[in-house]
Amino acid sequence: MKVRFRFVKMGKVRWTSHRDVARMWERALRRAALPVALTGGFTPRPKISFGLALPTGHESLAEYLDVEFERDGFDVDHLPARVTSALPAGIDVTAAAVVDDRGSSLQESVTSCTWEVEAVGAPVDEVEALVEQALAATSIVVTRERKGATVTDDVRPSIVTATVVGPPPCLGDGYVDHDPGALVVAELGAHPRSLRPVEFLRALSPGLREGHVRRTHQWIVRDGARREPLPLGATDAPHAKVACA
Amino acid sequence: MSSLWPRIEPLLADVQKPARYIGCEDGALTPEHGPGRVSWLLVYPDTYEIGLPNQGLQILYGLLNERPDAAAERAYAPWTDMEDLMRRRGVPLFSVDTHRAAADFDVIAFNLSAELVYTNVLNCIDLAGVPLHAADRGAADPLVMAGGHCTYNPEPLADFVDAFVIGDGEEVVGELTEALHGWRSRPRGDVLRDLARIPGVYVPSLYDAVYDGQALVAVAPREPGVPAVVEKRTVADLAAWPYPKSQLVPLTEVVHDRLNVEVFRGCTRGCRFCQAGMITRPVRERPAEQVRDMVADGLRRTGYDEVSLTSLSTADFSGIEGLVGDLCTTDIAVSLPSLRVDAFTVGIASEIQKVRRTGLTFAPEGGTWRIRRVINKLITDADLEGAVEAAFSQGWRRIKLYFLIGLPTETDEDVMGIASLAARCASIGRAHVRGATVVASVGGFVPKPQTPFQWAPQEPVASLRRKIGLLQDALRREKGVQLRWHDPRATMAEAITSRGDRRLGAVIEDVWRAGGTFQEWSERFDLERWTSAMERHGLNLNWSVTRERGQDEVLPWGHISAGLHPDFLWQDWQDAIVGEVVEDCRWTPCYDCGACTGYALEHVVASPVPPAGGSQGTGQDLSVPVTLGPRR
Repeated sequence: MKVRFRFVKMGKVRWTSHRDVARMWERALRRAALPVALTGGFTPRPKISFGLALPTGHESLAEYLDVEFERDGFDVDHLPARVTSALPAGIDVTAAAVVDDRGSSLQESVTSCTWEVEAVGAPVDEVEALVEQALAATSIVVTRERKGATVTDDVRPSIVTATVVGPPPCLGDGYVDHDPGALVVAELGAHPRSLRPVEFLRALSPGLREGHVRRTHQWIVRDGARREPLPLGATDAPHAKVACA
Repeated sequence: MSSLWPRIEPLLADVQKPARYIGCEDGALTPEHGPGRVSWLLVYPDTYEIGLPNQGLQILYGLLNERPDAAAERAYAPWTDMEDLMRRRGVPLFSVDTHRAAADFDVIAFNLSAELVYTNVLNCIDLAGVPLHAADRGAADPLVMAGGHCTYNPEPLADFVDAFVIGDGEEVVGELTEALHGWRSRPRGDVLRDLARIPGVYVPSLYDAVYDGQALVAVAPREPGVPAVVEKRTVADLAAWPYPKSQLVPLTEVVHDRLNVEVFRGCTRGCRFCQAGMITRPVRERPAEQVRDMVADGLRRTGYDEVSLTSLSTADFSGIEGLVGDLCTTDIAVSLPSLRVDAFTVGIASEIQKVRRTGLTFAPEGGTWRIRRVINKLITDADLEGAVEAAFSQGWRRIKLYFLIGLPTETDEDVMGIASLAARCASIGRAHVRGATVVASVGGFVPKPQTPFQWAPQEPVASLRRKIGLLQDALRREKGVQLRWHDPRATMAEAITSRGDRRLGAVIEDVWRAGGTFQEWSERFDLERWTSAMERHGLNLNWSVTRERGQDEVLPWGHISAGLHPDFLWQDWQDAIVGEVVEDCRWTPCYDCGACTGYALEHVVASPVPPAGGSQGTGQDLSVPVTLGPRR
């Protein structure tokens, strides 16, 4: 039985890496004593598959992973609370649902993500103008470093939507910084390669830096319909709203 | 005090491995601070990845936070990228638990597990915003303390540390906490005097060091009520201390990333080069039942799938067979650090490593039986060959052998013995596995304080290099043997820092001021910084480090005692030179080293019979086949 989990990554724990989060899940599933299916071979690993990697330092309200269980028939509704209690603070499971065993992987099926990106280095009106300019362009060719190689491509098709919401939210007392900035909500494409928020900002202007970034949604577009990776029936766990508040 | 987190977080996007600085580990606490609590900042003066798993620090963290009158947090040395940003933005050293400034604690306590971290200790004190020298600290400053194995020669850090704690920390941290109730309202000098009255506590500012030219003449108490010799602390029975109860599970990768359960403390094999074995006597085994419980609870709580049974020689645990037999019925991985060299031990290893038999490590330490008698590492060639045969025949493909060079009385023949032993082991391997590999790893010996070899000379860098050269030549065409060696310059720096007296403080300070932090990291290490600082401060390398010392001279660490009678150590040194050996006193009559008799202690063993294997004085027949599972 394959179960898809949605979880958040918020607060201090955002400074851990994608690999770190994978290890946290492995330990949490063992601590929760759940019957996770294992791979064969000399070093059996739990059958877990993660979606798109979240860059270290970014928060997220919409992370997903699929876990293969050895057997069916246990109560999926209780899974979010049970697993959350075994995960570190800041990683909270917000929903779980059984998905089709033969469905395609998260990595393949997610077509775009929505981000809240704090663009630092220009005031709101300037960022607004940059966003308008980018959306009006038919192509934005940028050069970026990927795994040591320099790649030149057009990132315009990967900018699905982008809107300036206003100034960045107050980060609480004590935070120093800030240069002028703006909060941008952007939906960025995941195929053929994900456009990262920092690359999106550079495409707007080389002068913009990345402040706080939070992924809010992952989307699957198929046959013209857009939905999130969990089935419609999947209800959010009651505790999740408290955890995110 | 308020959290520094809002000032720390903006730095994290620009540093490597930001998870080093966030805390949030499973098992981490958010201690409450208040006027009724003495606050401790426990600092491991190396990177987070190396410091987090340290069991000593975790034991004290758990113990102190259980007390109603204490609060304890942790800190680690920030890596250089983070340090630069912190200094630029005026962010001081902070705890990872609640991100509190180090200077807001009552006590900043360092764990000293290796001498080369001394410059990091200075850096951490400075980053905390606390005056570097103990003499310059005032009423508003925290107390700087240190514990751990390196404190058996505390003198090199005497200028910087207010109080050292010698030996096991479990009991004494409580006594220190009680002595520090309301300490801020008393004169600092009085507080230090009170601390010096606690057994196991050494307050260096209450002692005068007297010199005659290069020679140290005395380290003596300056006033009555201060002990002339500070005796170490020893907990009598580990069963009373099942700590850490909640091992920390880091969110990011660290060394030894698994559950660790200490099965015993102390070692009685009597290896003369081994400081840890000498200073942690007597042997205190944890009851096997308690080990089982700690393993079961720990795995359940942490979610780890691997446990390491830790000690100085885990195959010597008298309950090992039953324990391994039980653990192997579960599907968790078990690892035993520091394997003893014999076929029995390989039997245990094969029991616990059913599938992935990649590498196995042994430490014969010396290349010939003669030199192994000198160092009292009583492994015969037959023991080693038996172990290696057993390992390769049971599917291991790679054997790692640890050796020391620069040992007392060592000849070129002993050095070449390393090459021939490694080559012989490789040929045994080839009979069983294609591509069998033997890795011979060679380290330079440092004569450590509180051991029979404390009077021995340190071998100079050039001489160690020559011996490595001999081995390179001998093994160049030897297929299946890979030679690895430790940089002799790093060995020399370790000798300087472990054997120095109080005058070395100025040298450590110079090296630190020249940017010499993280000296255990080869890319940041430079021996020339150390030797030139010694010259500047009028310290002679030969006098301090490379000459043999005499029976009557005052050793820099002579006023610190690990319980071992100086006469016993001297006799053992004399015996070493002529190749006389001592047996494992856990199973043979006492030879009165002082560690038990002096403190009215006894060895505590988990089983009345020694484990099988281990020829060291146990008189056992090593040809007996290995049987595992609970004893009937």
